[in-house]
Amino acid sequence: MNTGWGGMNTGWSELSREEYLHPGHVACQGCGAALAMRLVLKATGDRVMVVLPAACWTIIDGSFPTHALRVPLLHTAFETAAAAATGLRAGLDAVGAPPTTVMAWAGDGGTFDIGFQAISSAAERDEDMIYVCYDNEAYMNTGIQRSSATPWGAWTATTPAARPQDRPKKDIVGILAAHRIPYAATTTVAHPDDLVRKVTRALGVRGFRFLHLLAPCPPGWKVDSSLVIKAARLAVASGVFPLYEVEDGVRLTLNMSAPTVPVAEYLSLQGRFAHLTEEQAAHIQSMVDARWVDLEDWHLRTHGGPPIGIPSALDGHGRPGDVVPHG
Amino acid sequence: MTIAWTESRVLTGNEAVAEGVCLARVQTIAAYPITPQTQIVERLAEMVARGELAARFVNVESEHSAMAACFAAAAVGARTFTATSSQGLALMHEMLHWTAGARLPIVMANVNRALAPPWSVWADHTDALSQRDTGWMQVYAESNQEVLDSILLAYAVSERVLLPTMVNLDGFLLSHTAEPVEVYAGHRVDLFLPDFEAPYRLRPGEPRAFGGLADPGRYLEFRLRLQQAMARAAGVIEEEGARFAVAFGRGYGLLHAEMMEDAETVLMVVGSMATTARAAIAQLRREGRRVGLLRVRVMRPFPFGAIRRALRGARRVAVLDRNLSPGHHGILHAEVKSALFSEPARPSVSGYVLGLGGRDVRPEDIAGIVADVERREGGEDLIWWGTGAPPSEIPVPAERREALA
Repeated sequence: MNTGWGGMNTGWSELSREEYLHPGHVACQGCGAALAMRLVLKATGDRVMVVLPAACWTIIDGSFPTHALRVPLLHTAFETAAAAATGLRAGLDAVGAPPTTVMAWAGDGGTFDIGFQAISSAAERDEDMIYVCYDNEAYMNTGIQRSSATPWGAWTATTPAARPQDRPKKDIVGILAAHRIPYAATTTVAHPDDLVRKVTRALGVRGFRFLHLLAPCPPGWKVDSSLVIKAARLAVASGVFPLYEVEDGVRLTLNMSAPTVPVAEYLSLQGRFAHLTEEQAAHIQSMVDARWVDLEDWHLRTHGGPPIGIPSALDGHGRPGDVVPHG
Repeated sequence: MTIAWTESRVLTGNEAVAEGVCLARVQTIAAYPITPQTQIVERLAEMVARGELAARFVNVESEHSAMAACFAAAAVGARTFTATSSQGLALMHEMLHWTAGARLPIVMANVNRALAPPWSVWADHTDALSQRDTGWMQVYAESNQEVLDSILLAYAVSERVLLPTMVNLDGFLLSHTAEPVEVYAGHRVDLFLPDFEAPYRLRPGEPRAFGGLADPGRYLEFRLRLQQAMARAAGVIEEEGARFAVAFGRGYGLLHAEMMEDAETVLMVVGSMATTARAAIAQLRREGRRVGLLRVRVMRPFPFGAIRRALRGARRVAVLDRNLSPGHHGILHAEVKSALFSEPARPSVSGYVLGLGGRDVRPEDIAGIVADVERREGGEDLIWWGTGAPPSEIPVPAERREALA
């Protein structure tokens, strides 16, 4: 049964051998944000211009006069990613520049919090850009402070273990979808097939396109740098970070079948959740379950049938039903 | 057949800004409404919609985003414009530093308006002068003709020195007051102001980064170069003003001096107040008083040299500030004193703060200030003018007296 264009794609996506991220960038070992950029640029190629507000990536790119990317990049103020990308697009059109995609690249603080006014407005105007939020779920560059992307129960430097984050993560994709933008999707650094397919799909659409890209941060999540991929896989497999896409703000397609891994497995991998009691972990499980029901319901309304996962999105090995995460 | 070189039209200051922007063939406009500036962006939106101006017009959601959009558009080489006032300018503050630091020749009209609270929509220069350390050049127009001319000049100067320019016009006094303005034929403006070819720009396919981290071993040199550009800008403003005079018959400089021959008392003013001061001083001159007028047209780069030269021979100066730096004095007053400090012979300098929040400054105020300053041989830093009574004599409600004591 065809359950939607997303569900039909069960094959491999081409992952370019080209590298657009030079070695010598200054990300931490195992940095999800660096990997995110590397994978996204493999999908876009070099016909892209990056607008970068304050973020870990401000540092990762290297200090003047070095530049770690093989594409142009404009640094801008923290809250201005979407506004500056709007201006960049307008300016390129005004001067008659050769075809290029404008890509705003911001962290969760720059997107969920301080840049929220600008992103909402650019989305409402349907400005022609791809906006990628690489989400490491806190202000990592300043030393792990809470953002509105920080999940319920997490430790950060401003939500200490004695009083951890007590609000659920902001539903940024839902909010942006409500702007009726042509394309919004979630993906992670541990699902390169899914990521490349979604970037490619975004490239084929005009208007405001949003990618919510989970990018674990080893020091911020308190996971070993060798476990970044495993953490992101478990985030998906447990349903904490479901993979889905929304067209025109209306049609939702889940890119995975129902989560099978207990959330506790995802939580126990990370030091930022080490203080949680069993009751608190169970509360997170119940929130994840409820969210899955909502998404599945939306998928059913869109497609008239249950989601068929992209197996590679779950385990990277193309075996349907195999949701065992690989470290 | 005759070619129309100019057309005389009756325009408000806001309309004059829009005509200037249209003549400058601006390519990208990002705009947000605020009183008393709104008519500028309304008029520009119309011009773009009707195809009179081939620009991208972005209706952004705030002044901060307006300047962020202008910043990025200018970074790829587009000629860029926005307009604002007061609160909007204050909101932009971060991006003013950003655009000047990035050395982008953006031009902005700022319709001077007081800052809240209490709410006020009327003329006051504190909005613009609060931004004087951002690296933007600042021009203050006296008339609507000068408003239009200053927009054209601003692009000519900015694109040579790679610094942004803020063209200031007094809220309502200019922005909403109509007067005859000569609007030049487009082909004449094109000769004066050709298309902008940005020497540095971000281009698709060229992997450069603009604005990245500069460590302590490098940052200072960026600011040194910005300051050198400002220093150069003073001369460029004079050069372009002279070139403008050849092209259009009207010259502009940093400082406009009038009736200065044999002047013992000099009034220094900014913006539309100069028109009132000119009329009042002309009357005093007819009465045999030796009074002169200096209008500071450019506040950044500050015309130190021109002010020193102009004030040689003066006995006393009254600086009229439609602004206030709380805890200090009027801002022009403080800067004039700093310009004169190195002079071997200095006039006495008195500072008058007046006209804040649109309080009317009348010819009799000017005459009163001349009489007042002539009684103050040593100079006085902060004289509140036009409050009706010195602050110490403003009645305080009985229930507040104890708290204030």
